Amino acid sequence: MDYLLTETQVEIRELARQIAEERIKPVAAHHDETEEFPWEVMKVIADSDLFGVYIDEKYGGFGGGVMELALCTEEFSRACGGIAVCYAASALGTYPIILFGTDAQKQKYLPDLAAGKKLAAFGLTEPNAGSDAGAIETTATKTKDGNHYILNGTKCFITNGGEAEIYTVVAITDKSKGARGASCFIVEKGTPGFTFGKKEKKMGIRASATTELIFQDCKIPKENLLGREGFGFIVAMKTFDKSRPGVAAQAVGIAQGALDIALKTAMEREQFGKPVSSFQGLQFMLADMATKIEASRALVYATARMVDSGNEKIAKESAMAKLLASDVAMEVSTDAVQICGGVGYMRDFAAEKYMRDAKITQIYEGTNQIQRDVIAKNLIKEALAGK
Amino acid sequence: MNIVVCIKQVPDTTDVKINPETNTLVRDGVASIINPFDMYAIEEALRIKEKVGGTITAITMGPPQAENALREAISLGVDDVILLSDRAFAGSDTWATSYTLAQGIKKLGKFDIILCGKQAIDGDTAQVGPGIAVQLDIPQIMFVKHIREINDTKIIAERMTEEGAEVIESSLPVMVSVVKEINTPRLPSLKGKMRSKKAEVIKWTAADLDVEEDCIGLNGSPTVVNKIFTPPQRSSGVVFEGEPEETVKKLYEAIKPVLGG
Repeated sequence: MDYLLTETQVEIRELARQIAEERIKPVAAHHDETEEFPWEVMKVIADSDLFGVYIDEKYGGFGGGVMELALCTEEFSRACGGIAVCYAASALGTYPIILFGTDAQKQKYLPDLAAGKKLAAFGLTEPNAGSDAGAIETTATKTKDGNHYILNGTKCFITNGGEAEIYTVVAITDKSKGARGASCFIVEKGTPGFTFGKKEKKMGIRASATTELIFQDCKIPKENLLGREGFGFIVAMKTFDKSRPGVAAQAVGIAQGALDIALKTAMEREQFGKPVSSFQGLQFMLADMATKIEASRALVYATARMVDSGNEKIAKESAMAKLLASDVAMEVSTDAVQICGGVGYMRDFAAEKYMRDAKITQIYEGTNQIQRDVIAKNLIKEALAGK
Repeated sequence: MNIVVCIKQVPDTTDVKINPETNTLVRDGVASIINPFDMYAIEEALRIKEKVGGTITAITMGPPQAENALREAISLGVDDVILLSDRAFAGSDTWATSYTLAQGIKKLGKFDIILCGKQAIDGDTAQVGPGIAVQLDIPQIMFVKHIREINDTKIIAERMTEEGAEVIESSLPVMVSVVKEINTPRLPSLKGKMRSKKAEVIKWTAADLDVEEDCIGLNGSPTVVNKIFTPPQRSSGVVFEGEPEETVKKLYEAIKPVLGG
């Protein structure tokens, strides 16, 4: 499919694909096995300027948007969903600054993030709060002189935790207001009172780091507040609107990588004197996989472009893209293992890793049940408004 | 520091096909790449620049489409590029190529270090780098695997030999050819790729260079190729099986004719 990409987007995709083929694929199995953070790949991506594709040129980026970010995430994910999410999660942590940061905050943080000198992470989820952002227990209390906030609480399942330098964290500034009492702050690694808890062992995306963030009387300057007090929930929702096409792109890349392996294996493996790809049973599976991937990609790109156009009403479309692409990734990667047969189930062969990596895309940044909830509520809202 | 890198556009080796009629490389429809050894030379140039500053100029002699190789060099971080292209250069052997490149480098003016890949993967001669050094009357260090030190006046480099390594110190300017052990070439950057699209490729023809007509192209090439052929594939050896006494006897019988006994 020709998506009529701009010349710059074609260059970005080409470069991302080269990095994926030459620098990510050869180390994907190693990082999956050892759970070591792929710093050497992050360095390559940084040197290639791709950390800045979605950041304003004024702050050292390339001036693109969600579409450019999606192209990179998709290509990296085609080689390894785990390494790709280290890249994409940095964007997730950066978006609150892009969307709600003052010029001073942007000047301070964005150039290093655009250059890939530092990674970012986003901290929302807690043991008792995830999709229900109103149940957040981490608190931020303003000091008497009004110059600082004191953070207390624990975040869990934070991607890039411990590895990132810049954290955008949601905490409660006014408990009486529920979700409207949440605020978003920038917290730098190394701030006294800010430590990391245990690193999780995961089913998939094992190259990425997932840890707890622990705040114990962590004192940060008031300049680190993003937007205004009470904006936390809005910051989170607007950030997810931007980042969901990224998760969807990760899912498209994983699905494509799984299909690549399935197709290659089916063409190479012979049974009854001919390649198994010559049997219609497998051909129909491959055809369905390819068609579903292309449909997801088309929806993801269309959504990314809609987001980049500045359209504010993107919650439904973002949710749809994430829902479709991640469900397709799970289905396609499962079928890829099936097509590869016995060898597909073996951990020395790459197919099963795509299946393990795919699962998380149905879960994080809002489970697919939450996505359906968002879509349905918007449908009803639109119907009531008579659209 | 003025750094010059000599590069060559070659057919991608994974696609090499020989025309059985003419015994020459089939170049039609074969993708072209920068000679892989030259990628190490470009990377080393970038590292020298990062360390001591300066400008990097990549130069190549070849057909008009060799411009693509030069643009790729820009995407990696090379500053300026020069293409020596003229019908009169066609058919150059290693002598004429060295001469022409040396004249191009002379026209460029200042140069402190000239970097080359140890050889091109299509011709495999490893003669052009040294040829350039001779034409320019400067010292050369071949097969360098590590540059220990380089400053405005001298270089200390380790060169690979069959037995081990030699450490050579030389004054500048110098010609250095590099082996693949010297570094890991980087990938292009997005800024580099965007710049490479717009960058100017300086093109010089024979008329732009101070060259003698009988020193360039086929006329200037003393090498005469009598025949090019694909060597017959070696057949696999014979394995004698059985008890040692028996196999030794069989072996002896087999080699007896050549022993002359």
